[in-house]
Amino acid sequence: MSTHSIHSEQIESETGKLGMWIFLLTELFLFGGLFLVYAVFRAQYSEAFHAGAQELNAFIGTLNTVFLLVSSMTVAMAITAIQKDKKNLAIFLILITLILAGLFMMNKYFEWSHKFELKLYPGSEVLKNLPRGELLFFGLYFMMTGLHAIHVLIGMTLLAINIFKIKNGEVSSNHYLHLENSGLYWHLVDLIWIFLFPLLYLIT
Amino acid sequence: MKNGNTHITSFTSHAIVLIVLLTLTFLSVSVTSYHLGAFSVTIALAIASVKVATVISNFMHVKHESLFIKLMISGVFVLYTLVIIITFIDYHLR
Repeated sequence: MSTHSIHSEQIESETGKLGMWIFLLTELFLFGGLFLVYAVFRAQYSEAFHAGAQELNAFIGTLNTVFLLVSSMTVAMAITAIQKDKKNLAIFLILITLILAGLFMMNKYFEWSHKFELKLYPGSEVLKNLPRGELLFFGLYFMMTGLHAIHVLIGMTLLAINIFKIKNGEVSSNHYLHLENSGLYWHLVDLIWIFLFPLLYLIT
Repeated sequence: MKNGNTHITSFTSHAIVLIVLLTLTFLSVSVTSYHLGAFSVTIALAIASVKVATVISNFMHVKHESLFIKLMISGVFVLYTLVIIITFIDYHLR
């Protein structure tokens, strides 16, 4: 590879990562807005938020936190693997990440369907008749975890695309910006959950 | 990119970061189970902030990024903290 093309690839990598970071920071503000709404209403209706949080299963929340933390590590390790030109290991680590993400979504499915069985879903009669504070808590719960779950699905799609890109050589030890940026997106999913978990499940 | 700026983080250091994160998670679960009231909220959020900083600097490789990216990210967090503070000042002065 010529010096010139190495130089331009380096610039591509730096600008590509900068662009990804700018996007991630706007994502932080998207969730930041919801966190702000949560903080203000929690200050206003602390008793009701306390009652609402007790409805949530802290064990499932903790388990999902562990899944996401481990999956963040496997993505970070996949980047190390591709840098060391270990393609199969990188693909294996991405697959582990996808399995962990799947387990997270499965837990989320059980959690939400349990709420739905209790007739606790946006717009239901049971929810409408709850005290105002609890109504706000569950509204924020569904909005925040729902928006987060959409991000999990997008992250899974991005990582799955990387498996194909590694196989056909588009992502390699010389050129792995796509994997790095998908990894950054996946870590964002983890970051948001790190704040959601104590706010929704632990603070009772 | 294969150039002088590339830093390859070892598998072991990723594993160590994970152990730190898991320890912090169980710490926050056990601390909040003691029902310390408003104090437990503060502890839980403080632990969450440490975890977020750990993920950003290690898993997201920010500690090996340029000063520009570091300043941009920390600037946004400072901005967001100001948004929270100003909102609560407004809320308390109504």
